[in-house]
Amino acid sequence: MYKYDEFDAEFVNQRALQFGRQVESRLSGKLSEDQFRPLRLMNGLYLQLHAYMLRINVPYGCLNSTQMRKLAHIARVYDKDYGHLTTRQNMQFNWIKLADMPEILLELASVEMHGIQSSGNCIRNITADEYAGVAAEEIEDPRVYCELLRQWSSLHPEFSFLPRKFKIAVTGAAKDRAAVKAHDIGLRLHRNENGEEGFEVFVGGGLGRTPFIGKSIRAFLPTRHVLSYCEAILRVYNQLGRRDNKYKARIKILVHEMGAEPFTELVEKEWAEISAGALQVPEAELERVRAFFAPPAYEDLPEANSDFDTRLENDPAFATWAGQQLAGHKQPGYAIVNISCSPVGKPPGDISSAQMDAVADLADTYNFGEMRVTHNQNLVFTDVRKNDLFALWQELVRIGLATSNHGLISDTICCPGLDFCALATARSIPVAEKLSQRFADQARQEEIGEIYLNMSGCINACGHHHVGNIGIVGVDKKNSELYQLMLGGSAEEDASLGKILGPGFDEDGIVDAVENVVGTYLELRDESERFIDTYRRIGPGPFKERLYRAPA
Amino acid sequence: MPLLKNGEIAEDPYTRVDGDGALPAAGAVLVDLARWHAERDALIARDADVGVCLASSEAPASIVEDLPHLALVALEFPAFTDGRAYSSARLLRERHGYRGEIRAVGDVLIEQLHFMDRAGFSSFEFSSDQPAEDWVTAQSDMKIWYQPTGDERPTATQLRRR
Repeated sequence: MYKYDEFDAEFVNQRALQFGRQVESRLSGKLSEDQFRPLRLMNGLYLQLHAYMLRINVPYGCLNSTQMRKLAHIARVYDKDYGHLTTRQNMQFNWIKLADMPEILLELASVEMHGIQSSGNCIRNITADEYAGVAAEEIEDPRVYCELLRQWSSLHPEFSFLPRKFKIAVTGAAKDRAAVKAHDIGLRLHRNENGEEGFEVFVGGGLGRTPFIGKSIRAFLPTRHVLSYCEAILRVYNQLGRRDNKYKARIKILVHEMGAEPFTELVEKEWAEISAGALQVPEAELERVRAFFAPPAYEDLPEANSDFDTRLENDPAFATWAGQQLAGHKQPGYAIVNISCSPVGKPPGDISSAQMDAVADLADTYNFGEMRVTHNQNLVFTDVRKNDLFALWQELVRIGLATSNHGLISDTICCPGLDFCALATARSIPVAEKLSQRFADQARQEEIGEIYLNMSGCINACGHHHVGNIGIVGVDKKNSELYQLMLGGSAEEDASLGKILGPGFDEDGIVDAVENVVGTYLELRDESERFIDTYRRIGPGPFKERLYRAPA
Repeated sequence: MPLLKNGEIAEDPYTRVDGDGALPAAGAVLVDLARWHAERDALIARDADVGVCLASSEAPASIVEDLPHLALVALEFPAFTDGRAYSSARLLRERHGYRGEIRAVGDVLIEQLHFMDRAGFSSFEFSSDQPAEDWVTAQSDMKIWYQPTGDERPTATQLRRR
């Protein structure tokens, strides 16, 4: 993964020291909360319902074991002994004291981490495919471009006070695990008819109150122009995006109100002015960054491993886990391991300091000292020898991270909700926990198969409910929490937005409603058809009819 | 209001004339865009420097032809969160080749200084309840940059290749 050089280290250090001084000014009363607010937000510090929340960037989801141990240390010393993995592949801590912040930022800087731009109306952490570098049929490792974008967007002199926050995602594979069409800018690497590598550029996707699927505004952009093209898009947005209403300020609204074609014309015109300038990525810089993402020192191994195969035959629990959590690897004899951080009855994405330390040790032993955070709030080991899978699984069982629900109904995306968040209108975690308990039976989950269930505690959609195959959004209706159900969303290459099925439910009712919907699917699906495919084939009618018909 | 210019606290030679208020008998003036458009020739004929203040919704394109006559362009921040003027400053410097003074006015906070500085602003009018010495020292807060802008200070990428 990328390693800071003296310039990157100095950049983060100078920022940590600067914020340290600002915190002191706040604590001494020299700065009011109003004056301090923009400063703390630019360093990832939110004021939540009960305490400060610190969001720490994990650049495109990549962490090394040293960084994970540092996060464990922060959880133990400065928080309540746990952290939370977010849908932007970051880690957040919910119980931070302001007076500790200067020290925490210096601790983070010592392991090449920070909270810069993890909040505020600026370009947020760039996200990527969690299988980057090992995905089958990948054009190129998207992290190379994520890193270029990370540097370009860090304290950008022109784009740090945008109309609203701005999110960029990059995928290098045809299978979209980065939800690029649900981002302000989505970049998809592909090859043109001449075999050259470039990006398809999507703009104006996003969830929130007014969800949109991103529109393709350029079919092919040579990779060396990735920064200048993004600069052109951001410049148009910075000048023309709405600033009169924060709910209409995202770029998706500008693209929608203006129309994708006129918007594209403005971007192309701006880009024509700057495309030959200093933002072109020199081949030497591309090579320098590429070298950081070179494959690890794989051993020459046969694809099949007899020990692994024997364990699969003899240990049903291991076979269940392996069947659900492993993905194919491009290197023979290796596997990708998905580590679920959404065990039954626990808040999705929460991880204790002891688990963080243990995972860091396991990464050192089995995965070249690295790991990834996914936008589904889980972890991934990308490079495990098949021979080591059984031992790794035993360790994961010991630390409570061996849940076998990857891509299944209990592997939910869920926002923190009313238990933590100042914006939320309903609780989300307790409902996600009830749902995962209802569907806890492993055989039943596997029988149901691939379903993405996403849940948010308010219409701001941090839990991505619009792009869940089943989406749940909590709203406040006459001072009681009400949960609406939507079906048919997808965040992948076939992206679509879910539609509300009908009247909402209370906390227990929504669990029954999901069960009812799943029952309809099981009854009406063609053999081995995924939930989303059944829904697309038969539409909402049958689901609605069975869910809302009067009890006999 | 205190003014930071060319790295130090400086006197402001301009008289700000709001709307169609009376012009001073002599000396540099700063007018808004409407006044400039209405009295352009008379303002040029006046034997003193003239500057135009653009609201954040007014694009630099509206004064491109007039830049040779303007010693100062002031760009307004109605709130520090309104970042349109950063684009305006870069366009003035990098697209339209403006070499005169670009001044930040309005809700100008010390935290914005390093962004403004790199975007092409050369002077900063700040509220008198902020300590002037903090503004002078804040200029050296940040030394490493990733983005190339019109000021041609070397970026981290360029420094790496030296």
